[in-house]
Amino acid sequence: MEVKMPFLGEGVESCTVSFWLVSEGDYVEEGDDLVEMQTSKAAFNVPSPSAGTVTEILVFEGDEIKVGDVICIIKK
Amino acid sequence: MSKECRVLKLGQCDYQEAYALQKQLLCRRVEKSIPDTLMMLQHPPVFTIGRRGSRKNILVSTEILYREGILVYDTDRGGDITYHGPGQIVSYPILDLNQHGKDVHRIISLYEEVILRLLARYGIDGQRVSRYPGVWVSGEKICALGIGVSNWVTYHGFALNVNTNLNHFGYITPCGLIGMGVTSMEKVLGRKLDETRVAGDLARLFGEVFDLVMKNGDRKQETESV
Repeated sequence: MEVKMPFLGEGVESCTVSFWLVSEGDYVEEGDDLVEMQTSKAAFNVPSPSAGTVTEILVFEGDEIKVGDVICIIKK
Repeated sequence: MSKECRVLKLGQCDYQEAYALQKQLLCRRVEKSIPDTLMMLQHPPVFTIGRRGSRKNILVSTEILYREGILVYDTDRGGDITYHGPGQIVSYPILDLNQHGKDVHRIISLYEEVILRLLARYGIDGQRVSRYPGVWVSGEKICALGIGVSNWVTYHGFALNVNTNLNHFGYITPCGLIGMGVTSMEKVLGRKLDETRVAGDLARLFGEVFDLVMKNGDRKQETESV
């Protein structure tokens, strides 16, 4: 499944990738922190929407991304 | 009916110890084994650097930091560098945003609202500055604010200068903002304040803004019971 950048609230259209807390090949449980993002005001960890293996990471540290962008792929 | 929020008054607490406790409470909040919790404490002198920050904003040598007993930590909150020390009331709310609207910047605005109401109670006119989190008085920052969110539960929080030694801020460029000063309630009012009273008012106003019933909790109970 594609993991998308969640909606963080009104007025937060984009954020920057701080760093990944998992690597490709890692197994994650639902709710595990995948990646830390920073908005102009806050640090936000994107939780995994399901359990599975991270097969592909699609955005990288320093990238500016938008809500709804696909950030990684997880296979059950 | 309003939900409950436990208030943990921890007194003086080392930064790393308080950080570990936040993470522990965060896990428990995610599991829903504890209610929303507000940690309130003071740190020994420390500089902490958020995700947008840099050590370049420390303006003095390591020797001076060592001599003055000021530690430096990188930490996972929003924002740049700030100072914590005695006389400053630090609040770390561990809130489940599933119950307070999943809006990361709105929560920051509500924290600011708590501080604005508190300052108003003491006759101080606080202001927000757009784009920069925190609360200011006449262009000087009185309350620093930086949050982290994991699994939609908040950690980190805000630090209000009540009777803080402001000289230590002179060793850094606070929040990375050049040319903007810092202040305290003591500096604005020209007298020292009763920190216990201010902390009590703060907890009460926090409950008012978030529609939570504040109850004093005990640290042992929160961390050991399931």
